Amino acid sequence: MTSEVTPELFASVPDQDGRFGRFGGKFVAETLMSALADLEQLYARLKDDAAFQREFDEDLAHYVGRPSPLYEASRLSDAIGGARILLKREDLNHTGAHKVNNTIGQALLAKYMGKKRVIAETGAGQHGVASATVAARLGLDCHVFMGEEDIRRQALNVYRMKLLGAQVVSVTSGSRTLKDAMNEAMRDWVTNVDDTFYIIGTVAGPHPYPMLVRDFQSVIGREARAQSLAQYGKLPDALVACVGGGSNAIGLFHPFLQDESVAMYGVEAGGKGLETGEHAAPLSVGSPGVLHGNRTYLMQDDDGQILETHSVSAGLDYPGVGPEHAWLKDIGRVQYVAANDDEALAAFHRLTRVEGIMPALETAHAMAHAEKLAASMTPDQHIVVNLSGRGDKDILTVAALDGIEV
Amino acid sequence: MSRLTQVFADLQSDKRRALIPYVVAGDPSPEGTVSLLHSLVDAGADILELGVPFSDPMSEGPVIQKGHERALGNGMSLQRVLGMVAEFRKDNDRTPIVMMGYANPIERFGYEAFAAASAEAGVDGLITVDLPPEEVDAIDGALKAVGLDNIFLISPTTPEPRVQKIVERARGFIYYVAVKGVTGSAQLDTDEVARSVSLIREKTALPIAVGFGIKDATSASAVAASADAVVVGSALIAEMEQKAHSAEDLEEIQIHGAAVQLLQSIRAGVDSSPS
Repeated sequence: MTSEVTPELFASVPDQDGRFGRFGGKFVAETLMSALADLEQLYARLKDDAAFQREFDEDLAHYVGRPSPLYEASRLSDAIGGARILLKREDLNHTGAHKVNNTIGQALLAKYMGKKRVIAETGAGQHGVASATVAARLGLDCHVFMGEEDIRRQALNVYRMKLLGAQVVSVTSGSRTLKDAMNEAMRDWVTNVDDTFYIIGTVAGPHPYPMLVRDFQSVIGREARAQSLAQYGKLPDALVACVGGGSNAIGLFHPFLQDESVAMYGVEAGGKGLETGEHAAPLSVGSPGVLHGNRTYLMQDDDGQILETHSVSAGLDYPGVGPEHAWLKDIGRVQYVAANDDEALAAFHRLTRVEGIMPALETAHAMAHAEKLAASMTPDQHIVVNLSGRGDKDILTVAALDGIEV
Repeated sequence: MSRLTQVFADLQSDKRRALIPYVVAGDPSPEGTVSLLHSLVDAGADILELGVPFSDPMSEGPVIQKGHERALGNGMSLQRVLGMVAEFRKDNDRTPIVMMGYANPIERFGYEAFAAASAEAGVDGLITVDLPPEEVDAIDGALKAVGLDNIFLISPTTPEPRVQKIVERARGFIYYVAVKGVTGSAQLDTDEVARSVSLIREKTALPIAVGFGIKDATSASAVAASADAVVVGSALIAEMEQKAHSAEDLEEIQIHGAAVQLLQSIRAGVDSSPS
């Protein structure tokens, strides 16, 4: 990167073509280009529209239950003996994860566009549940695309979506996980583009999605920043969040990007270990390429074929990552690291036992790194971890990994 | 004169429409692809569209998706696709070959290296589904430098001002996507196709090919009434798939035969179309 890192730089992305430096863009079939242009125009108008923002804020307050607390994990911090670990409790949101912040926003956009049908892709099922939830509330027809493999891993969330009235479409192509669910959602969107709004669950996809999902999720970081100042009279020293597509991480990071003193760590799924090739860590060991509408870091082979990923958590099991993260990596503003399956599982158990908070397995990756980081820091320093989701959905997976039959 | 220009000029003087079959390179087998291409030419193909296998073919319906999966399972790569084109060119220097695929394998290959290797192999044009005009600059320059045509898609959702923008930078021919949907979709509306084709024709002298949703002689004939070229893909692949599952121990040439037979009947449909 040649551009100098200044505070203004962070407000300048994406540019009008949806670029974050060399990343982002609109790499989609011609059929979708006018739908993306419509969405872009609508969002440009509503972004600063007081009535729209008020509706969004009220939904977040009274339906989602925001603001979410910033909680000091004292016993865990004491046990580690380094920096204090503060948890941004997105797990306490309605539906149990940060995902709903975005689906509330996109459902409002669908409503303004007069679309009667919404579609979504999902990995762990959290975004599918959050989409089915807002669809139920607005009386919209909802189809959720989910890989066959993930349907097996996340049976509870599949049933939740069905209870909410959504149709869960099993995707049997490719590796039968999140990336294939996204392919299938794109195919449905191309086919039903006139009446359908595609609620993308992460900061990936073609422009303007990475921008608008970031904007909707940035409520996390805005609150955390204000809470940190109000509760402790200072900004945190470091932020930690897990990164699959990267929406909870960008939501926490974005409002802090201009605060030079705040270090940031995005934690990818190291799977069975980066050296084994069985992981989902494109920022750590991938290379730039084009997938799902944007240029970003990908896990790919020498022929440009997308590789299958592995992670204990379905929500991180994705071979790409949001283009803004790719850019933040290149300019050096955020450090991207990996935590492997075993480390995440250990962190899951520790937080559950020491704090009585059961994190999602995705979130447990962030906890695993935060513990290491805290140990290298001092007790007067603060780390904010985005506790992006609760772990109820994962208990059967955890039991199976621990060799226990429930 | 490029092969594409030559073919369309010849067809125009004969008052005929072009027939463009699509197959996936390496499906059903890498060993058979070149001979399949020759057979398709013998069955009446004027231009060949060769699918470059990709792990995530987002615009393809289930039939062509499976073709991509089989081809990758057979160890196909972009490099090998180019090798097949070169092999085909040893016996046929006349029939244009247009490669159709997705951006990432090409990006990985490197745009300039890819353009040079394609020209060397004897490729004539390129359709990259996920490189709309907004994203095409980098590769377009590389293709132009070696005399390859970048072929753009126009769809039923493309607004009129955008059609103008696209035809201004198009070369070779225009590919009109006949349906809102993925390849092999069912709901073809030939009246709508005729309206759109005539609208595009007002803006460009380039030939207009129509694809997606054409599956037999009847639909091909209806589309050929307005288009300069008819593309058929999923129907051919489905036919071969069915044949392959119909009996044990078939020779590959028998599987190809199913596609050849369908193409012959579509050829008759295209040729019977009132122009």
